[in-house]
Amino acid sequence: MKRIVSLNTMDLRESAKHGGHGECQTSCQSACKTSCGVANQKCAEPASR
Amino acid sequence: MIHQYKLNGCNIVLDTYSGAVHVVDDLAYDIIANYEDHAPEQIAAMVLEKYPDVPEQDVYETIGDVDQLKKNGQLFTEDTYKDLSFDLRKRKTYIKALCLNVAHTCNLSCEYCFASQGKYHGARAIMSYEVGKRAIDFLLENCGFHKNLDVDFFGGEPLMDWKVVKQLVAYARGKEKECGKTFRFTLTTNGMLLKDEVIDFLNKEMHNVVLSLDGRKEVHDRLRKTVNGKGSYDFIVPKFQDFVKKRGDKEYYVRGTFTHNNVDFTNDIFHMADLGFDRLSMEPVICDPKEPYALKQEDLPEIYRQYEILAKEMLKREEKGHGFIFYHYMLDLTEGPCIHKRISGCGSGTEYLAVTPWGELFPCHQFVGDESYSMGNIWDGITKPELQNEFKQVNCYSKPECQDCWAKLYCSGGCPANALHATGSLNGNFEFSCDIFRKRIECAIMIKVVESMRAMENDKQAVNK
Ligand code: SF4
Ligand code: SF4
Repeated sequence: MKRIVSLNTMDLRESAKHGGHGECQTSCQSACKTSCGVANQKCAEPASR
Repeated sequence: MIHQYKLNGCNIVLDTYSGAVHVVDDLAYDIIANYEDHAPEQIAAMVLEKYPDVPEQDVYETIGDVDQLKKNGQLFTEDTYKDLSFDLRKRKTYIKALCLNVAHTCNLSCEYCFASQGKYHGARAIMSYEVGKRAIDFLLENCGFHKNLDVDFFGGEPLMDWKVVKQLVAYARGKEKECGKTFRFTLTTNGMLLKDEVIDFLNKEMHNVVLSLDGRKEVHDRLRKTVNGKGSYDFIVPKFQDFVKKRGDKEYYVRGTFTHNNVDFTNDIFHMADLGFDRLSMEPVICDPKEPYALKQEDLPEIYRQYEILAKEMLKREEKGHGFIFYHYMLDLTEGPCIHKRISGCGSGTEYLAVTPWGELFPCHQFVGDESYSMGNIWDGITKPELQNEFKQVNCYSKPECQDCWAKLYCSGGCPANALHATGSLNGNFEFSCDIFRKRIECAIMIKVVESMRAMENDKQAVNK
């Protein structure tokens, strides 16, 4: 594609099939303590997806 | 749903439901903007008028590319998560994290403290070892399948209960093998009581440490004062520097709060970076709107500008080899959280609870002290399951305002505590926070885009060599 570059991203719809083990941190912990937001969270078991 | 915006010379298109991110030129940008509401011929006519130098063939080719992306599920993707969000609301949840408010007292008296100088609008109190131990047992009894258990030592100032913190860590560690669980500890401190022994212990045992610093001396000292009114900057900064030097590559954050007094908060972030800290976080103050330092609606354009300045400066510093991390710009596009996590909300009241020094349970630290949200205690467990259920229900699919928000899968529906305080309902929306949140995501993704472009450029050069 000449005019569109797609970044390498995970497909959220795929993660619907494999995710949900819940071993990751709850979102508000650590640095923030005043807001939700999950985008900056790490998946604790990326290998399993 | 898509969202497109221009920032720092990048034209960015986000596809909400797949998570795809595209960088496009002006022509493709306009084509995408009109794609859903116009026939290909109409789009072609419009863009050819605007870009007379572009060959018609290019226009149709690009429209074809957009068709293809849509077919591939990378653009204009449909929402397929509604049912999943419904299931998640019915799911059985287990507790995986506790915020232990070990000290409802503080050795600073910061004016904006949401916990009102650590007391949470109640009496000063310190958690005893007995209560803390019971809290750990309570967590172990109620964690279900979760293997990783998070415990935050919070306050007030948790180091005012230092001995108990140490004992509780030892107690929990002693249980790990027998129970097949791993504890991850976090401690948030204002630094006043940091000394060698404490630093060594924290560096050994804490998965993460949060150091409270607001930035420039005059900003920090204005609100973060010792009990006799003196600023705390000079006392704590050298301690933090010492701490971080010894921290190695383990996680920590120097975390500040910005208020109406320092809407130019990027100067505080850069100040922190110049002090040698490279993992930074800066939060907008949460307080009664009547306070003189409360952020106001009219601060918003400047706050937006500041977030842009921050993103651009971070890219510059990164290129020069002395970059730093900003908590809200951390974004893992390839291995980020799964969709379950993205739509199940923050976990307050369900997977995450706060424990007071006397063992009472609240949905999270921000609810402590609000008796109508007292959920039970660590001996009898959750005594108000209906309250817990309310928390299970809130997420970006339950909140009406979130339905059309492009950022919902980055956000998960916002902070229920903020929502409650701003609107009187857990399901309400604190628009001001939403606006800030969306701006931060735009900036964070722009950074990712620039980084990816840089990487592609480097690859190309490597191939050409
Ligand atoms: S996002 Fe809000 S409600 Fe959730 S844990 Fe954090 S402060 Fe509490
Ligand atoms: S930014 Fe606001 S509207 Fe958007 S998902 Fe978050 S809470 Fe909902």
